[in-house]
Amino acid sequence: MARVIVDVMLKPEILDPQGRAVQGALGRLGLSGVADVRQGKQFVIELDGELDGDRRAKLEELAGELLSNPVIEDYRMTVMNDDEVSA
Amino acid sequence: MSTRIGIVTFPGSLDDADAARAVRIAGGEPVALWHGDEDLKKVQAVVLPGGFSYGDYLRCGAIARFAPVMTKVIEAANAGMPVLGICNGFQILCETHLLPGALTRNDHLHFICRDQKLRIENTSSDWTRDFAPGQEIVIPLKNGEGGYVADEATLDRLEGEGRVIARYLEVNPNGSRRDIAGVCNERGNVVGLMPHPEHAVEDLTGPSTDGIFFFASALTSVLAGSHR
Repeated sequence: MARVIVDVMLKPEILDPQGRAVQGALGRLGLSGVADVRQGKQFVIELDGELDGDRRAKLEELAGELLSNPVIEDYRMTVMNDDEVSA
Repeated sequence: MSTRIGIVTFPGSLDDADAARAVRIAGGEPVALWHGDEDLKKVQAVVLPGGFSYGDYLRCGAIARFAPVMTKVIEAANAGMPVLGICNGFQILCETHLLPGALTRNDHLHFICRDQKLRIENTSSDWTRDFAPGQEIVIPLKNGEGGYVADEATLDRLEGEGRVIARYLEVNPNGSRRDIAGVCNERGNVVGLMPHPEHAVEDLTGPSTDGIFFFASALTSVLAGSHR
């Protein structure tokens, strides 16, 4: 069993109006000094068996092709090992 | 024999019927294409209509891009067939990277629906050749994620190569960079447009009949064989 976490964020130069709206709401709800908020997505992918090199390469490819749009987004892939997954 | 223009229906497409009607009014023969089709039924041009393909899940157009029919549409587009993406269709064309840039959430976060004034900036693309240079038109606009973005170098290149085909006038409704409403590829056969020309083809139902020129342009392009 392997778990792969893919975090997708808008590139820094792309305006994030949702993040900006959340920033405003945090301030209105009493949190002072909110300098910036960026909103992203997280994919949690559970895989049967070990994550071998082929599947890891395929995941990297799909993270950049399907899960994120490289024109506007960056992604970060984190692989968790067995004991972290079962914990 | 009239020109066959394919209209792709994805799960969640909304404007396929209006696009077919616009093609018919312009004098073409609309041909229904299904997202699962693996052949283009001998069409000579393709329209990707507006709507919410696959519920806009993941990103607008991100899943539609991998539909079986899109493999054929991409092949045909690369071979020069006229392809127009309207609204969600524009988003799909950006996701396929047939067009540069991307469409993002409107800067004001609201869905917007209005009759929008545009200036046609390019009259050499396959979908705009029947317009007069600089012609100003009014057609409906309705989107939640219509903000056109690209990096500065890409925007400069699009401007320099005359590939901005239409620009918003008076109001920038969604925060698009440089007021861009539509762009085309280098060859001019693939065009993406955020507002909806297919809703402006009859006096009874549209704010104008300006939209018809897009579809008439494609018929002209096919007849001229410019896509060969």
